Amino acid sequence: MTMDAHELHELPDTVTFDGREAMKGYPLNKMCYSFNRADAREDFRRDPEAYMIRFGLNEKAKAAVRARNVAQLIDAGGNIYYLAKLAGIFGLGVQDLGAQQTGMTVEAFKDMLKKQGE
Amino acid sequence: MARIIGGLTSSHIPAVGAAYAKKQFEDPYWKPFFEGYPPVHKWLAEQKPDVAVVFYNDHGLNFFLDKMPTFAIGAAFEYENQDEGWGIPALGKFRGYPELSWQIIDGVVADGFDVCSCQEMAVDHGFSVPVQLFWGDQTKNPIKTIPICVNTVQHPVPTPMRCYRFGQAIGRAISAFPGNEKVVILGTGGMSHQLDGKRAGFINKKFDLMCMDKIVDHPEELAKISTVDLIQEAGAQGLEFILWLAMRGCLGDKVKRLHQNYHIPISNTAAGTLLLEKAA
Repeated sequence: MTMDAHELHELPDTVTFDGREAMKGYPLNKMCYSFNRADAREDFRRDPEAYMIRFGLNEKAKAAVRARNVAQLIDAGGNIYYLAKLAGIFGLGVQDLGAQQTGMTVEAFKDMLKKQGE
Repeated sequence: MARIIGGLTSSHIPAVGAAYAKKQFEDPYWKPFFEGYPPVHKWLAEQKPDVAVVFYNDHGLNFFLDKMPTFAIGAAFEYENQDEGWGIPALGKFRGYPELSWQIIDGVVADGFDVCSCQEMAVDHGFSVPVQLFWGDQTKNPIKTIPICVNTVQHPVPTPMRCYRFGQAIGRAISAFPGNEKVVILGTGGMSHQLDGKRAGFINKKFDLMCMDKIVDHPEELAKISTVDLIQEAGAQGLEFILWLAMRGCLGDKVKRLHQNYHIPISNTAAGTLLLEKAA
């Protein structure tokens, strides 16, 4: 029953969020974690650039935040649970994120979910 | 001695919290999900359990990547469901039962599971949504709860078999508690879903239904699945099924399935509800 770390990285279309990813995305995820607080969300809304500097995001992470692009955010080490809090500030739910990542419209993505129940 | 009377499962999708707040029980989208709960309510009303031990995963409310325990057990008088930052209503305080928490912590550490004990612990939707679905408003006559958080956020996560064995150790610890309490165990989260990557929206009905069957009489067989295979079959976040295996471990060999409901989709997820009664 040993965990095969190598196999975890071979999974199709899935980034395995392990220690390496967690280190890479630490400032980005820490910023997202701060959004549990209403005043932090307000600070970010007021001046996103200053807020990102405060948490030490690198250029790649900053560009991903500006683009509101989930694939780029994950590539920058973002974890989906923390990123969901950032997405919430932009008014995006998990169906919006799913549609964006699969290149579908939100309606088509919702239909795809529903069809899997049939 | 305290007695485990059964196990319940429920998905803990955050959208459920919002739908519950808006009382959308009869809404066509929500009805097939919410109608899975009244049979459990009836059983709970008959059985009147005193304590709910709840296996869940934190999604970035209490724990961050600075300190990420594999297994964390609440040992507080109360647990607060706080703002998670994305608009689902915070439900306030849930009642704890630290005496039994410490019994469990003492028991599992003696049994080889070195856990993190938490005298302060905020609980997120992973915990609050199922407790609300089963027991409703917690401001009056709240059920005593013990939150047990399992890391499903950052790999390496505990294997399915490790979670099953962890449940077995918790079952032994509860059964040795010198009280008359009736205890129910909740396995939350799942079923198949994936939020991230090009595979977002992945759901696997066939696998989920197999799991709901096999967990009744052959949990140990089911727990032999590897983490990689579980992600492959259930999706990156469907991995939460390890929380169901921990629940099942607590119940012992023989259980009877009294109720089952399964529905696709709620949000991006397949939702599953089970009521398992422990054989006397």
